[in-house]
Amino acid sequence: MADEKTPIVQVKHLKQYFNIGKPNEVKAVDDVTFDIYPGETFGLVGESGSGKSTTGRSIIRLYNPTSGQILFKGQDISKLKNRSPKMKQFRRDMQMIFQDPYASLNPRMKVKDIIAEGLDIHGLVKNDDEREKRIKELLGMVHLNPEHMTRYPYEFSGGQRQRIGIARALAVDPQFIIADEPISALDVSIQAQVVNLLQDIQKQQGLTYMFIAHDLSMVKYISDRIAVMYHGKIVELADADEIYSHPLHAYTQSLLSAIPVPDPEVEKTRKRIDFDHSKHFTDNQTLQEVLPGHFLYCDDATAAKFKN
Amino acid sequence: MEKILDVKNLHVNFATYNGTVQAIRGVDFHLNSGETLAIVGESGSGKSITVRSILQLLAKNSDIPEGQILYHGDDLLQKSDKEMDAIRGDKIAMIFQDPMTSLDPTMPIGKQVAEPLLIHHKVSKKEAMDRAEEVLRLVGIPNPKARMKDYPHQFSGGQRQRIVIAIAIVDYPEILIADEPTTALDVTVQAQIIDLLKELQEKIGTSIIFITHDLGVVAGIADRVAVMYAGKFVEYGTVDEIFYNPQHPYTWGLLDSMPTLDTSEQDHLNSIPGTPPNLLNPPKGDAFAPRNSYAMEIDEEEQPPFFKVSKTHYAATWLLHPDAPKVTPPESIQKRFEKFQALKSGGSVK
Repeated sequence: MADEKTPIVQVKHLKQYFNIGKPNEVKAVDDVTFDIYPGETFGLVGESGSGKSTTGRSIIRLYNPTSGQILFKGQDISKLKNRSPKMKQFRRDMQMIFQDPYASLNPRMKVKDIIAEGLDIHGLVKNDDEREKRIKELLGMVHLNPEHMTRYPYEFSGGQRQRIGIARALAVDPQFIIADEPISALDVSIQAQVVNLLQDIQKQQGLTYMFIAHDLSMVKYISDRIAVMYHGKIVELADADEIYSHPLHAYTQSLLSAIPVPDPEVEKTRKRIDFDHSKHFTDNQTLQEVLPGHFLYCDDATAAKFKN
Repeated sequence: MEKILDVKNLHVNFATYNGTVQAIRGVDFHLNSGETLAIVGESGSGKSITVRSILQLLAKNSDIPEGQILYHGDDLLQKSDKEMDAIRGDKIAMIFQDPMTSLDPTMPIGKQVAEPLLIHHKVSKKEAMDRAEEVLRLVGIPNPKARMKDYPHQFSGGQRQRIVIAIAIVDYPEILIADEPTTALDVTVQAQIIDLLKELQEKIGTSIIFITHDLGVVAGIADRVAVMYAGKFVEYGTVDEIFYNPQHPYTWGLLDSMPTLDTSEQDHLNSIPGTPPNLLNPPKGDAFAPRNSYAMEIDEEEQPPFFKVSKTHYAATWLLHPDAPKVTPPESIQKRFEKFQALKSGGSVK
């Protein structure tokens, strides 16, 4: 992506620890730094427990970061107080789409009230007519029938519910959306529908996405740049094509070698690369730009090799 | 090849408050000795219900109005509960999707693995535990002797699924039914579990029915594939026939809607529009017709029969009728056809 642009999101040395000082302390996110540029889709991949969801949740301030900075349009939001006016504005600008379309919609609320909750909180509509008009517009945007606005979530399929979740996120005119595994609970035939919808909306509204997922082929398809997380750290970050064609980190290589491909001949010849944690992590490693736009978690000597 | 399982015209209904749901609407298939049959389809298509009816693990509101499930020629549907108890976990075993909920959290894992032996055979506790240890080693649990006393929560998700597999294979079942065994796992762990199943099949000669919605996994593990939609099989054939010479528009749609790592920045993914039908009132014609851009008038009127593509390959679509017009499949499918031609002529498909 265009480097001369100012990043919309800058994450600097973010740490998110849990149970600090106790024997079961968890370093879920351990010193992570990256930028996200306006209009791009930034993919974050990794296995369960790698810290990818926690990173997303820290950025949107569902957690209070242990240390580090999160800049949104240049402003540090990592220490904003809940309910402060700046926080309220920030909550409008950044929205989230959750993984589980069953658990993330309140079963006792009608679809119209789920979608309008943000409108009401931020006072974005003046009266009921305007509210209803906006709800219908949002439902149309995600290709749902506006007449179904008085229904309850259980009356919708998984794919339709995910569309409701997307409409809710769009209601407050956000600039940046974090989508945390938005399609992994959906069937194959429905996944493509939702991905296409997300891309259409991105184009129409000029949105920036952070797309968190473990389905590597879908991430590659939707993302401009991709960061690979492992054990709370970003081990590699590059353009989507670059990371798939020239993975540098042993963990990335192992992850890519495990993707099942819907082609029996490819599967017959596939060689899985095992990853040995103890071999590849030492002290004094950091995330460094070893090739233009290609970042690798390594020590200085390794980085120097690439630079020559 | 011997048919060890032969399912004929299976129908399964569920009584609900809203009426009768016809979840399985006439399914025929067989399982050959030593092979892996994959059943693919989306949630609600009836793939889990099909295999659960083999072991009669269906909910109380279910009913099987028609059909036969012949195991070595014996109809399992005619067996009493007691007779089924002797088959479940001994001759036919099942691996469930979620390794978090299919183990007993209050029982050490060694005991859980040994349990089928103690139930089905007159063996001493010592013999059973020795065998459990051996099987845990076989599925790749490090240091099994010490770890047998541990409880499920002390293991990772991948290890738990290995333990579930150990329970399933401890009695060398003839048939292993794996219902989405890797869906809850990470890709790297998934790859390990699939390798493990293949290795076990070679060692103990089990036949496997593998249920999944992931076509990538199918390509890696299956000998034959059956595609299921709305309670029926719509296409089945060898793994090469389904992946390189698919004939049913639903199979086309499934294969075409997945981005592969080679999918470039085309504008849109090809998706299958709409959603599956409600099986409370199954449509009169082809259930896939409303979502099928290749549908013809007859699809609305009459369900297509199976048309023969080869000795091993059948598809239920009117497009294969001799009078049907020629259609052009999606581009990615045409590429697969090219590979099929190359394969048939014995060349490499690279």
